[in-house]
Amino acid sequence: MTVPGLEASPTWTGRLRRAAVRALPPDKLLPDDQPSYVASWVYVFGVLTLAAFVIVLASGTVLVLRGPSWWHQSKTGLFVNSLHLWSVELFFFFMVLHLWGKFFMASWRGRRALTWMTGVVTFAISVATAFTGYLSQQNFDSQWIATQAKDGINSTGAGAFFVVTNFGQMLLWHVLLLPVAVAALVGLHLLLVRHRGVVRPLPARGRATRPAAKRPTPSTPAGRT
Amino acid sequence: MVAALVDLSRPGHYLHWGFVQLSVANLLVIGVMVVVFVLALVIPFHSSRRGR
Repeated sequence: MTVPGLEASPTWTGRLRRAAVRALPPDKLLPDDQPSYVASWVYVFGVLTLAAFVIVLASGTVLVLRGPSWWHQSKTGLFVNSLHLWSVELFFFFMVLHLWGKFFMASWRGRRALTWMTGVVTFAISVATAFTGYLSQQNFDSQWIATQAKDGINSTGAGAFFVVTNFGQMLLWHVLLLPVAVAALVGLHLLLVRHRGVVRPLPARGRATRPAAKRPTPSTPAGRT
Repeated sequence: MVAALVDLSRPGHYLHWGFVQLSVANLLVIGVMVVVFVLALVIPFHSSRRGR
């Protein structure tokens, strides 16, 4: 019997489909259960970060649709503006807690280095996105941040094309280039988590050499935990 | 309208350790993060389903 999605086809689309289905079969892409060790609140910080990111994108989209005079002058606009700010605060709050949890359980084990690195790069680009957001406030705070940051940015050489005192450029980086980069990296990060599975906890002290610690998980090859 | 617990019209308070400068507000947020992280480690997670 031919498995749906894996029919032999010489075309590049067929090869791509087979590779995608092999890497992420449906039960791996959208699992309905998890290993028992995932039953801990520490594993919730990742999805809380994702939930905050959805609110950031949704509130940001509304701000883009209505424009600066709306978010500065109307009560609803001020509310959505605040919603955007505070969802960003929660995004970073939970992202750093997620980072702490994954760091202390060495989550790059089991061929998960790319998952770890996409998280690291996402964090760095998120900082840049938040920075351009603070520059887009159109108030004394944003002017202060821009004039304080310009010397630091210029000292790196990036000031040649990334001009923090150029409001229009910073706003466009903030509403298009950087959010697209963060969203793409978050998507890749999630697919990699689904591909490799959730890393199992570190073995208890003194048990590192016991055979039980080397048993493979359904998504982890033997000896690669 | 209830006034803010902290007077936001005044300059913030900062702590200094050599070249390190940190606002009290940021220090409080970091403290809350540490508390939440520890609570996540010690509070049991009740699951309605048994995992693999």
